[in-house]
Amino acid sequence: MAYSDKVLDHYNNPRNVGSFDKKDPGIGTGLVGAPECGDVMKLQIKVNSDTGVIEDAKFKTFGCGSAIASSSLATEMLKGKTIDQALDIKNTEIVNELALPPVKIHCSVLAEDAIKAAISDYKAKNGAPAPAAAKA
Amino acid sequence: MARGDENIMLKFPIYLDNHATTPMDPRVFEAMKPYFIDLFGNAASRNHSFGWVAEEAVEKARKQIASLIGATAKEIVFTSGATESNNLAIKGVAEMYSQRGNHIITAATEHKAVLDTCKRLEKHGCRVTYLPVRPDGLVDLDQLRDAITDKTVLVSIMYGNNEIGTVQPMREIGAICKERGVLLHSDATQAVGKIPVSVIDDNIDLMSFSGHKMYGPKGVGGLYVRRRNPRVQITAQMDGGGHERGMRSGTLNVPGIAGLGAAAELCQQLMPQEMAEHAAMRDRLKDRLMAELDETYINGSVQHRLPHNLNISFAYVEGESLLMGINDIAVSSGSACTSATLEPSYVLKALGAGDDLAHSSIRFGIGRFNTNEEIDYTAQKVIDVVKKLRELSPLYEMVKEGIDLTKVEWAAH
Repeated sequence: MAYSDKVLDHYNNPRNVGSFDKKDPGIGTGLVGAPECGDVMKLQIKVNSDTGVIEDAKFKTFGCGSAIASSSLATEMLKGKTIDQALDIKNTEIVNELALPPVKIHCSVLAEDAIKAAISDYKAKNGAPAPAAAKA
Repeated sequence: MARGDENIMLKFPIYLDNHATTPMDPRVFEAMKPYFIDLFGNAASRNHSFGWVAEEAVEKARKQIASLIGATAKEIVFTSGATESNNLAIKGVAEMYSQRGNHIITAATEHKAVLDTCKRLEKHGCRVTYLPVRPDGLVDLDQLRDAITDKTVLVSIMYGNNEIGTVQPMREIGAICKERGVLLHSDATQAVGKIPVSVIDDNIDLMSFSGHKMYGPKGVGGLYVRRRNPRVQITAQMDGGGHERGMRSGTLNVPGIAGLGAAAELCQQLMPQEMAEHAAMRDRLKDRLMAELDETYINGSVQHRLPHNLNISFAYVEGESLLMGINDIAVSSGSACTSATLEPSYVLKALGAGDDLAHSSIRFGIGRFNTNEEIDYTAQKVIDVVKKLRELSPLYEMVKEGIDLTKVEWAAH
């Protein structure tokens, strides 16, 4: 299968690879997928608690090149958005931007799921009275 | 990473997918050439020299192949390749011996040309036992013995596996089948020309092989059909002019058959040397990878293995992304993302390795034209890319943090 130039670019130069401390209350972590399905994405957001703006994002992905590219692109899209704006990100934007073929659409769906999971983790931590009790 | 001057002699991409197909040996091509234009006759033309010359080429090839596998020339039936040979052997026996019984035994790790043929026969009233394999990929002989009933007409077990390279204990399997009076077919596509194969010593009654897996042309192969002790009969699956002693109608592919014969003769000559060379290159690759990468596992028996096969899983790295990073090297992966079905390799699943390791597997197939320089380049490139992808892998990070991945509640999708 031939990959689009954008997928190759993200695969060869993935943006924002790494991890934040998931215990930090300002960090939201999403972990989606399963090893036996062949893809797992970990996506983390660092949120400014005063403004609700996502100041930074990081990812790590086990998966095919399109999965790596989808999550790399997702971290770029997240930066500078408020968490409410981030919830509006649709997988189709990732499909279009990376020119993913039909068999790779699930990679973009997984990236959207990872964004939503990271935001809900952040909300759960900060909505709860005792953030320290949030899941590790 | 270490792309120094020593790599200038390398030609890219490097071909290490010799289980998919082998490059044609130029000597084989030379043997085929006359039969395309000058010597174009139909081998079935009995009344002029065009036909006689073509027939002579076909009979020479028959002898060359028979010599390679310990058969006699009259026991070789030419086909279009191993898929057709597998179909002909299994369907042909099932139909011919349907009065005697309707039970067939095969293994879970067989090629689709065997498994799907058996599945079709199930729709027509046959009963098929798909033997599981042990974690090393080998058939359990006791399970085979127990599976044979008085209705069993055929056992079909492949010689060497196309994915994991495991070599089944054919001699023992042959002895069991002979003792129980059951015919034995073997898909030996990956083994013929690569390791010593003898239909006499192994008591094989029918055996499939293919030209393009032994440095010969595509579109030609054959089926060995035993003529003595016992005389095996099969029902033809193609109706027509009654070629190949009635077992396979259709004008013979004379250039292809001449190539298959030449390829067989070359393999026979070169086998002792090639077995040692390929095993040495394979071990060179394996040792480098295992020394520099942790959590790396060989799939299938190391001991009972084709000398040119290495199938290895790099845990926490997905196969297709690894292939993408080593795109100047041609290899295959058991990852679902590289298959049309989006399912990981059923062969690796049959070993019980777990789907996650199946997704992380790479198959290297070494061949006649590979060099140590190519192996060294490949080893370094794979090491670099696996390390890079593990930096990117949440699973590798979790394991390094001491998390047991089997205890995590994954959101499967």
